[in-house]
Amino acid sequence: MNVQLLQEKANAIRIGIIESTHAAKSGHPGGSLSCTELISYLYFYRMNIDPANPQWEDRDRFVLSKGHCAPALYSALAHRGFFEPSRLTELRKLGSFLQGHPDMKATPGVDMSTGSLGQGISAACGMALTAKATNKNWRVYTLLGDGECEEGQVWEAAMFAAHYKLDNLIAFVDFNGYQIDGAVTDVMNPTPIDEKFASFGWHTVVIDGHDYNAIDAAVEEALTIKDKPCAVIMKTVKGKGVSFMENNYKWHGVATNDEQKEQALNELKGVQA
Amino acid sequence: MEKQATRVAYGKTLAALGEEKMFFVLDADLSGSTNTKTFGDKFPERFFNCGIAEGNMMSVAAGMAAAGVPVFASSFAMFATGRAFEQIRNSVGYPKLNVKIAASHAGITVGEDGASHQCIEDISLMRGIPGMTVFCPADSAETEWAVKKALEIDGPVYIRLGRYAVEQVFTDCSSNEIGKGNVVADGTDIAIFATGITVASAVKARAALADKGVSAAVVDIHTIKPFDKELANYYASRCGIILTAEEHSVIGGLGSAVCEAVCETTPCKVVRLGINDEFGTSASAGVLVSHFGLDAEGITAKALAALGK
Repeated sequence: MNVQLLQEKANAIRIGIIESTHAAKSGHPGGSLSCTELISYLYFYRMNIDPANPQWEDRDRFVLSKGHCAPALYSALAHRGFFEPSRLTELRKLGSFLQGHPDMKATPGVDMSTGSLGQGISAACGMALTAKATNKNWRVYTLLGDGECEEGQVWEAAMFAAHYKLDNLIAFVDFNGYQIDGAVTDVMNPTPIDEKFASFGWHTVVIDGHDYNAIDAAVEEALTIKDKPCAVIMKTVKGKGVSFMENNYKWHGVATNDEQKEQALNELKGVQA
Repeated sequence: MEKQATRVAYGKTLAALGEEKMFFVLDADLSGSTNTKTFGDKFPERFFNCGIAEGNMMSVAAGMAAAGVPVFASSFAMFATGRAFEQIRNSVGYPKLNVKIAASHAGITVGEDGASHQCIEDISLMRGIPGMTVFCPADSAETEWAVKKALEIDGPVYIRLGRYAVEQVFTDCSSNEIGKGNVVADGTDIAIFATGITVASAVKARAALADKGVSAAVVDIHTIKPFDKELANYYASRCGIILTAEEHSVIGGLGSAVCEAVCETTPCKVVRLGINDEFGTSASAGVLVSHFGLDAEGITAKALAALGK
């Protein structure tokens, strides 16, 4: 694993997040920026995929259960070669192949349509069970938000994955601490998320979600666990990489104006203000 | 032929189809009632019980279909289309995935369990989803046809099934066409558009109406979506009056589909027989069919009233 390369990719993905949401004048930069290390790790290191053949049957699957963070996924897919990065600014425009939330029918490389919280992890369970029931070795990764864990369906899925011993499934939780109305512990406290998954029968670890070595160690460990799904709770910073967005829930669902965009891009490109 | 519930025909058809086609079957702890158990006993490696968690089941089904395997997902209509509506809409409908939602215990013929389990809104909910095909078979032969067709369709399908043993109207439905109404009998005074259990009632009502000098057409609408607008408009012209009969709310079901079709092209009088914006109630299925006027007597009386006779 080349951490420096992944860091460069993460930075490029972040720039894409800012540029695409700025062009759309809407979208969700905060939670997109917090999961960028994971997304770059999956798409540039871990997952067995082929940008030239997005529908390849034996590919690994990724389900963005926190579908509102589509800008991170789109930016990763673009930089991975599924489509031209210049097209990221088509986000959320009429007729665009980059819908506001992931649309598997519209965007090459998107494995599942998501956006309504709680449903993606269930779909990921269905994929993982399909792989097992058809004797395939491909794996399924899904990413949830911490606020998303307030949805009851997440725990229906957690029960299901443990019951069917889906050890080919890893669920990451982007624990950035904020949802649209404020801190998750103020709005409707979903913690302790790790203990909840553990009590449902999952192998569970808590890591720094911005540390590639920690992410990789968690995944390598998960690969050795038999008969249990694995939950990786990633402590992250909402808005990571853009100073004025970090740990500010107000950047959950709004885009930058022209001035803010310039500042964000200058920070990401390492230019002093 | 002996009476049989469409849910029983569903289980048998699934078990037979499993021999030749690859698909999964899901249920939410009602496999004995929906009859998916008939399949599950024969193909345990392709049957997965999801427990009492219908929302998760629908999204799991979507994930399976996204991974390339068609899925039948079953529960009672109330929980399949009611509780899990949004999962069907967003996980299955929006990505046009190959999931067949086959829901039993639709309508008031659930019987004694009462209103909480009597879904009279499912047709309305399912036909509102873009791209959803909606089947409502009348008997065993038509159920077998609908289940087989559902698997041939590359996309989401809803199949409405009943708990109640119904009379067999048809022996072979292989000439049925998706989206085309089946003219059981022609007539000139009034056209009765029926679906599900009311098809058998309508056939009997036609004979009773003939005795009173009324010529009634009977049309079996096995596919509520896509709806056969052409046939509705044909009978709007031919008879000038259409009576719809369904074990469903008069809001949003077959009656609404007929109104939508004719009002754009051939406006005519449409009388909707169904559940009149009220909940069901506990009683035996047979008593309820009569109570809500969905039997031959009820249809006959409604037709005569519509004709001013």
